[in-house]
Amino acid sequence: MTESVLEFSGVRKVFRAGKARVVALEEVSFRLRPGVVTGVLGPDGAGKTTLMRLAAALLVPDAGRVRVLGHDVAAEPQAIQSVIGYMPQRFGLYEDLSVQENLDLYADLQGIPARARRARYDTLLHMTGLGPFTRRLAGRLSGGMKQKLGLACALLREPPLLVLDEPTVGVDPVSRRELWAIVDAQVREQGMSVLLSTAYLDEAERCAEILLLEGGRLVAQGSPRAFADEVAGRVYVLAGVDLPPRRLQRRLQAVPGIVDALLVGDHVRIVTAAPRPPALQAHFPDQPGLRLVPVSPRFEDAFIARLATRGAEGAGAPPPAPPAPTRAAPPPAGTAEDVVIEVRDLERRFGAFRAVRGVSFTVRRGEIFGLLGANGAGKTTTFRMLCGLLPPSGGTARVAGVDLRHAAARARARIGYMAQRFSLYGNLTVAQNLRFFAAAYGLAGARRRARIDWAYAEFELGRYRDFVAAQLPLGFRQRLAFAAALMHEPEILFLDEPTSGVDPLARREFWQRVNALVEAGVTVLVTTHFMEEANYCDRLVIMAEGRILAEGTPAALRARFRTPQNPEPTMEDAFIGLIEEAA
Amino acid sequence: MAAGRALRLRGMIRKETLQILRDPSSIAIAFVLPVVLLFLFGYGVSLDSYHVPVGLVIEAPDAATASFRGAFEHSEYFRPVLYRDIRAAEADLAAHRIQGIVWLRADFERRVLAGDGGAVAVRVNGVDANQARITEGYIQGAWLHWLEEHAGVPLRGARLEPRVWFNAALISRHFLVPGLIAIIMTLIGSLLTAMVVAREWDRGTVEAMMVTPLHIGEMVVGKLVPYFLLGMGGMLFTVALAVWQFGVPLRGSFALLLGSGALFMLVALGMGLLISILAKNQFVAGQIAIVVTFLPAFILSGFLFEIRAMPVPIQVLTHVVPARYFVAILQSLFLAGDVWPVVLPNLGALALLALLLFALVRKKARKRLA
Repeated sequence: MTESVLEFSGVRKVFRAGKARVVALEEVSFRLRPGVVTGVLGPDGAGKTTLMRLAAALLVPDAGRVRVLGHDVAAEPQAIQSVIGYMPQRFGLYEDLSVQENLDLYADLQGIPARARRARYDTLLHMTGLGPFTRRLAGRLSGGMKQKLGLACALLREPPLLVLDEPTVGVDPVSRRELWAIVDAQVREQGMSVLLSTAYLDEAERCAEILLLEGGRLVAQGSPRAFADEVAGRVYVLAGVDLPPRRLQRRLQAVPGIVDALLVGDHVRIVTAAPRPPALQAHFPDQPGLRLVPVSPRFEDAFIARLATRGAEGAGAPPPAPPAPTRAAPPPAGTAEDVVIEVRDLERRFGAFRAVRGVSFTVRRGEIFGLLGANGAGKTTTFRMLCGLLPPSGGTARVAGVDLRHAAARARARIGYMAQRFSLYGNLTVAQNLRFFAAAYGLAGARRRARIDWAYAEFELGRYRDFVAAQLPLGFRQRLAFAAALMHEPEILFLDEPTSGVDPLARREFWQRVNALVEAGVTVLVTTHFMEEANYCDRLVIMAEGRILAEGTPAALRARFRTPQNPEPTMEDAFIGLIEEAA
Repeated sequence: MAAGRALRLRGMIRKETLQILRDPSSIAIAFVLPVVLLFLFGYGVSLDSYHVPVGLVIEAPDAATASFRGAFEHSEYFRPVLYRDIRAAEADLAAHRIQGIVWLRADFERRVLAGDGGAVAVRVNGVDANQARITEGYIQGAWLHWLEEHAGVPLRGARLEPRVWFNAALISRHFLVPGLIAIIMTLIGSLLTAMVVAREWDRGTVEAMMVTPLHIGEMVVGKLVPYFLLGMGGMLFTVALAVWQFGVPLRGSFALLLGSGALFMLVALGMGLLISILAKNQFVAGQIAIVVTFLPAFILSGFLFEIRAMPVPIQVLTHVVPARYFVAILQSLFLAGDVWPVVLPNLGALALLALLLFALVRKKARKRLA
């Protein structure tokens, strides 16, 4: 009799926090296909991590059964935990132990006999490229190296089932590719079965099978190809348009029958609601040359189409109308005299560690300027110095003509700052948060009321007015944080990882709002580790290890890596190329 | 299977040891903190008084008053200030310049020779009741002593002949320092352990460790061994300082001290582990450990405040404070010796608490997240 590697049948998992009950998973049933990589995808809060933890026997279902390699997770958790490989979201490494000591610990815990170790270590160290760093403390490794070490620890005993919870989030593209190469090799050579959750939709294409979760339910299971086929004949790229892509994208979002409009490289890619080309001429009388070029669909197109359709049908938010300009629009000029942010030779040291060094760039009025890089590249440190939250160790940073070290308060009234992970007061309601931030920016009376009403309307927060911020869905928490940063109608916006951890739909809505603000004359400085989001920027710098690797427009940066084999390089290709050049 | 278990335990113990060695805060709590606390309580906090300023009012100087004055001047307990007039002395007492007044009236010599015990009037500033009682006692002692030595006058009636046992010189340090050992071991066993285990939850390393063949019991033992050794190290260090630096006598047997210390260490570790399992968050674990283990050990153990002087409900409460039993053992071992009738019941109580705590740890510790 053949036991399946992993089988869920009618699984439900409920979490209780005080009186609140959150149903994390409901009626989830599937059988894992053995010997392939199965991806778990879904928006935030869909239950991905709960599913992974159930598979690792770290949780017990409230109803239904989870069987792993013939063992029930409720009855024999130890039997499961003794054989599978598992990497939690934060890698499970001891940062105060060295690479070798971490490997030794997990080899001891997994009972790998001493004579088998040398060969296994050599294989894994070679595969992960960690060979030269065995004596380095895990805490001193880069994000990508930590991730590979975590994977190596999980792979020590060559488990028949490998469970990886968001192994690639926030990691640079080079490391992501290497991780996938390692996982693929295990599958190919050992016949390992892999369950992997991810927030990156492009990684879905690398999986043999996809489990799509939504609101705790498994809504679909199939190959990425099968998903893409759902939107066959509904995906097009626009050509012959004489408009900046961002402007074009905004206008497309207002057209009925279009469920997604996305900047891809220099083009705008659309997904329609029905399998026929939309009648765009009526909406673009000024663009006689506009043509629709059908392209082959990808998993991401189907994913967004599903989410957007659900949003329109159910109680979910409808796609937002483009927001009204917050100010009487000043000319979105980009002349050299109009420099709003000027950074020269900025440096920041923490002890002997140089988090940021030799960073110089200028940002002009009405621009979206991006800082692109993996976690730990120095983006947030640079940001904090620009906002006057952290004194630089060297160099200068002037924002709106003011050195923030000396006249921080005056300059801060003109900037809006949205911190990483949305610094909100989790135990205050939406209304209380908005009132607090409005007051903190010195708004009072009618103006405060007007701005708060604007925030309710603009960000569709009205129905969440009395919700405690900590209980909001992540996408709405992001909106609230964004609203709070805009309370005083700042001229310059600093957005630090505004889309991190937010699902793709919420990310698209967010960028629509940013676009609208920029058209109204606001200057935006944004950090992100999502390579494809770089296409929304007018100009950007790519950072790695505290330094700037390159600066330019997205098109120019990509163009540098155009080859006959790869005529349309992505921003990720450009990033990887730059890292390789620097090495 | 046994080989696997040995391997897993070795891995855990080695990991914990490396982490302790690399974390300066564990070393600080085990070795620097004892030094700070010992010096604070050994030198700073003292329940004794020396060089107490006392006003000596002598209305008619003569041979007897000169001899009495000499007795005060040569005592290390007093710093006498001379007055001719009681009013000036009373003004200084009111102004806190002196702690008490000894008033020798003009007929001092005559009344002493007549064997009249009421020849001296004493006033003491009673604002600080403790200090006042000590000052009063000292003055009385000095008076009785002088009468016998110098006046050669046998007192009429019964005579008080005090004998102080165990701490003959009444040095409060000898009483405080042994109790400190219990406080320091509570800090290492409960506070430090609660924090380091909760740190694994905070950093998400617990999750990865759970999905290995490691059994929950091995996990607990692997955590216990290094911190047990660290705590015993801290204890030996404190004992060494107490005996050699502060001259506290150790009258009981060292083996018994070591044995009861080990038992108390287990209790402290049990509390630390239980707190970290329930809190799963470093900050909360630290707060709980301070409120539930450290503060009671400080206040309710009898280390600083006499339990029998507490209100009855509080006295009852002290029975769940493990440090109470260990402080009693420590004070016996250091100052009296192996007093089995004191040591045994306290050891029994500690053993009971250890069993209870580890039963709870065993029940609550799970290789599960929720």
